Amino acid sequence: MVKYFHCVGLLKNSWDQVCLAFWERYPNPYSNHVLTEDIVFREVTPDNCLLSRRLLTKTNRSPRWAEKFLPKQMARHAYIIEDSIVDPKNRTMTTLTWNITHARLMSVEERCVYVVNPDNNNWTEIKREAWISSSLYGLSRAIQEFGLARFKTSVTKTMKGFEYVLSRMQGETPSKTLAETATEKARKTALAAKEKAKDLTSQAQKKQYV
Amino acid sequence: MNSVGEGCTDLKREYDQCFNRWFAEKFLKGDRSSDPCTEMFKKYQSCVQKAIKEKDIPIDGVEFMGPDKEKPDS
Repeated sequence: MVKYFHCVGLLKNSWDQVCLAFWERYPNPYSNHVLTEDIVFREVTPDNCLLSRRLLTKTNRSPRWAEKFLPKQMARHAYIIEDSIVDPKNRTMTTLTWNITHARLMSVEERCVYVVNPDNNNWTEIKREAWISSSLYGLSRAIQEFGLARFKTSVTKTMKGFEYVLSRMQGETPSKTLAETATEKARKTALAAKEKAKDLTSQAQKKQYV
Repeated sequence: MNSVGEGCTDLKREYDQCFNRWFAEKFLKGDRSSDPCTEMFKKYQSCVQKAIKEKDIPIDGVEFMGPDKEKPDS
């Protein structure tokens, strides 16, 4: 059995910009799980399509409940292949992404097609499909459910990362991430507390001299 | 972004920069003049392919745009 998922996403940027951002999307504040990124194959076909293969290393988070069933020394990271075809004439980019390690435990295959939004030519539509399967005896269904939930979360992160990179490319200050806002707030609070402490100390010192 | 080969990151960044420029200014505009990044790509590849072998990353013979359609049953 394979879990199937599909959705359509929208980016309010032109197809050209989205393609550019596709190559510059790592790192971004939503991609902490991506450790390395490499192009391992690239070719322009006679009909002017760009074929690329990207190799990614990602952290490999397993569900807690599954840990006792998994090999103790299981690698903490997974290798992912992402193949892509950019067709500038038809303004279509197709990507296929899948894991090449731990595939028996869980295999996630994702296909995305990036096209110009038919209602607004300055926007880009992403048609996303995913197939999630597991061959682990007795646990496949639970793992597939876990995989599907994780995949949905990762789609949100991917879109946020894309938006971040796109706004950075356009010279805008990307809207701050939650973590950044929290850090800033904490820093301000700490600074205010420090100032207050200074005040109190100097007041106390003054009192001593009175 | 770092390369999977620790020593390849500088070569990768140099190539990425060249590629991004070519992609935006030439490729997307349909300009088929020669690719200025070929030499950089070769250098980067000889480094990264070595790292892939050393780390035993199972990428050899994986068909383009084609993970195994049949799900393994063993």
